[in-house]
Parts: sequence; C-alpha cells; structure tokens
Amino acid sequence: MTIEASIDAGGAASTGIEAGAGSMNKAFFALLRRDLLLAFRRRTELLFPVIFLLVVISLFPLGIGPSPQLLARIAPGVIWIAALLATVISLDGLFRSDFEDGTLEQFVLSGHPLTLIALAKIVAHWLVAGLPLVLLSPLLAIWMNLPLDSLGVMIVTLALGTPILSLIGSIGVGLTISLKRGGQLLSLLVFPLYVPILIIATAAVMAASDGLPYTAFLGLLVAGLITSLTLAPFAAAAALKISLS
Amino acid sequence: MLSVSKINFERYFAPVFQPVSFTLEAGGLLLVTGANGCGKTTLIRVLAGILHPTSGEFSSRTGSMAYVGHHLGIKDDLSVVENLRFMRDFLGTSNRSSEEVMKEVGLTRVSEQLARTLSAGQRKRCALARLLLSNTQLWLLDEPYSNLDQEGVELVDKMLLKHLEAGGACVLATHGAHRPNWQQTENYELISGVAA
Repeated sequence: MTIEASIDAGGAASTGIEAGAGSMNKAFFALLRRDLLLAFRRRTELLFPVIFLLVVISLFPLGIGPSPQLLARIAPGVIWIAALLATVISLDGLFRSDFEDGTLEQFVLSGHPLTLIALAKIVAHWLVAGLPLVLLSPLLAIWMNLPLDSLGVMIVTLALGTPILSLIGSIGVGLTISLKRGGQLLSLLVFPLYVPILIIATAAVMAASDGLPYTAFLGLLVAGLITSLTLAPFAAAAALKISLS
Repeated sequence: MLSVSKINFERYFAPVFQPVSFTLEAGGLLLVTGANGCGKTTLIRVLAGILHPTSGEFSSRTGSMAYVGHHLGIKDDLSVVENLRFMRDFLGTSNRSSEEVMKEVGLTRVSEQLARTLSAGQRKRCALARLLLSNTQLWLLDEPYSNLDQEGVELVDKMLLKHLEAGGACVLATHGAHRPNWQQTENYELISGVAA
C-alpha cells in the first residue's frame, strides 16, 4: 500500500509541517479533555479503584492485628501492592470503550499518529486513576502507621511510579483489547512487568524509614519513567494496530 | 484519486471476496453492491487502512479519508454537541462550526441530549456530521442509508452530491434498493470468495 501525500505549490511544505504540529497539539488536548469529561460523566467507574484501594488497605490491620511496629514494617509493600491492583482494575477501561464503539477506527483514519493518541489516553488515565492514589497516600500511610519521615519518599515513589504503571499497562491493554474477557489475561501480562517497579519503590521507602540513603532508588524510578514514557506509547500504538486488524 | 489493483483479503486462509480492481477519479462515485456476507464491509475497511490486504495493492492520492461504518464512533456519555465539538477539534481541518453542521444534519433540537438517548437514526446523523467536519476528499461509506428515515436518506444524498460536485470521491457500500442519482457512478458487484 502506498499513500502519496499531495504536495501543494512550493513553499507549502514547511508551513505544512508547522500546521501539522499545531493540529497534533490541538488533537492531543482535545482528546485529553474529552477523556477527562468522559471520566467525570462515569463517576462510579472513576471512584471504584480509589475505594478498592481504601478497602484493601483497611483490611490489613484487621487481618494481621493492629501492632504498630508490624504495620509500619509492611506498610510500603502493602500500599504499593494495593496501588498495583487498583491500577490493573482501572486499566481495562483505557482503550476498551473507544475500541467497542468504533472511535479507535476513527482515530486511525484521522491521520494523526496513533502514538500521540495513545499518549493522550495514557495521560488521561493517569490523571484519573493514578493521581488520586498519590493524593490519598498520606492518609494510607497514617492508617498503616508509616513513620512520618518516610512519608515524603512514599509520595515521591507513587508520583514517579504510578505513571509507569499506566504506561506499561497500556501495552497490555492494547494487546488484549480485542478479546472478550481480556481483563483477566491483562493482569497476567502486566504483573510480571510491574515487579521491578514494586521492588525499587518499596526498597526506597524502606531505606528511608531505616535512615539509609534512598536517592539511588528514586533515580532508578526516574529512569524507568523516562524509558517508559518514550517507548510505551509506540508499543501501545503498535499493539492497538494489531488488535484492530 | 484511488486506484486499486487485485486486492484480496483472507480470513482464516480463505479469501473473503474475489480480487478487486478499480480506479476512482475525482468526482466519481463507486457503488459496491452484493449479497450479505460478500465482503462489502471488509473491502471498505481494507480501503480505510484498518485491515491490511493479503495481496494486491492500492494507492490513494489523498492522505486522509473519512469513514462511516457500522460502529459509529460516537461517545454515549457525551451530548451531541460535545461529540461534534470533539470531532471538530480533534480533526482540526474544518472551519465550520459544530452548530452549523448540527443544523445541517437536523440535530439542533437534541443538541444537549446525551448520545445514548438518541434513536438509531439520530446517531447515524451524528456520525454523518463527521463527514462535514472532516474536509477530506475521499469518503468511505458503509451502508449510510441504514436506520435513516426518508428525510435522512435525502440528507445523505444531498451531502454526497455536494461532495462529489466539489471534486470529492466516494466509495459507498449498500445492499439496499436506494441508489444516489449521480452521473459519474460506477457499479461494482462484489463477489464472495467462498462461492467460487
């Protein structure tokens, strides 16, 4: 298949590229705004991962006993595992409704790069599903009796880590979207990929509560964020293309 | 505008339709007809670039195209005007306002209603409005007349003739009796690949 772009009279090429970048920008923000509006319209779906997170965390003191030292010891792992579960629950909605109602086909046809579209949707997903986890983490830390001096590190790891979860998850969603019950397969696909994030993030918080240096772990998280931010949207777009055909 | 040579698409190693070849010039309308299951939708989706042909090739001189298929691409949780405004901002190629387009397709009265409350015909009109916002030369329409009332059918014809008169081209798949009245119309009878 060859698509020859029609080239207008001389000199139009450079302005064409600028106009292209401008319209891509516009498309990115139009899509972001639409996704946030849709999330707001479906508030129950919006709240579900957050409530799930709160319930899971509140079950731990009931299940293993309210010993402050024990809770403080397991707090980083528990909060992070609950955040992983809450993210995976919300992931399936990332592309599914667009896939089912034909909007994704329209995105492919629009001429805008699918990578940009995937990125806009991932950003919207993080704002809706990841950011609330970051904002709730001080409350969760108090519930789990996490020492106050490691609270800051906990918030930073979640702020750096949850976007990685959304980015890596988008690849899995792209691959499983054409399956009727893709959600179950999705969790099997993405959990192994989440393991390094979990290890690094909890190691950072534990190091902070033990008074050890933790900046190296945060550096690794930043590296992970940059890598996934630059690569995951391309992979998600490729996965979506496979799922569409 | 669009030239297609011997494209074929296989599903589970069986061809869906027999190899298709045609050329479509500016101002031309190609009517794809055929029985249910002969591959009209598949052909349109191949031309749209959503599916990749198993063999053969096609080239189009217009970079982008507008497509209205069975899945309309309307968000149920947005109102009509929000849907249109998003399409307009996202495509970024039209200088027409969403209100103007909404009036043309006859949805002004329901503009603030959520798309999920619309009838099938009204949803179709909302999807057709995207054609007016897209400013592309090639239209791919898959059963555009389905679910529409008489007035809606006339609306599609009116939009289509205006588009063709302006030098656009269109591939239209239909199984129904209604055909748009246009002089540069070519009929392509699609033959199922399984029957051969």
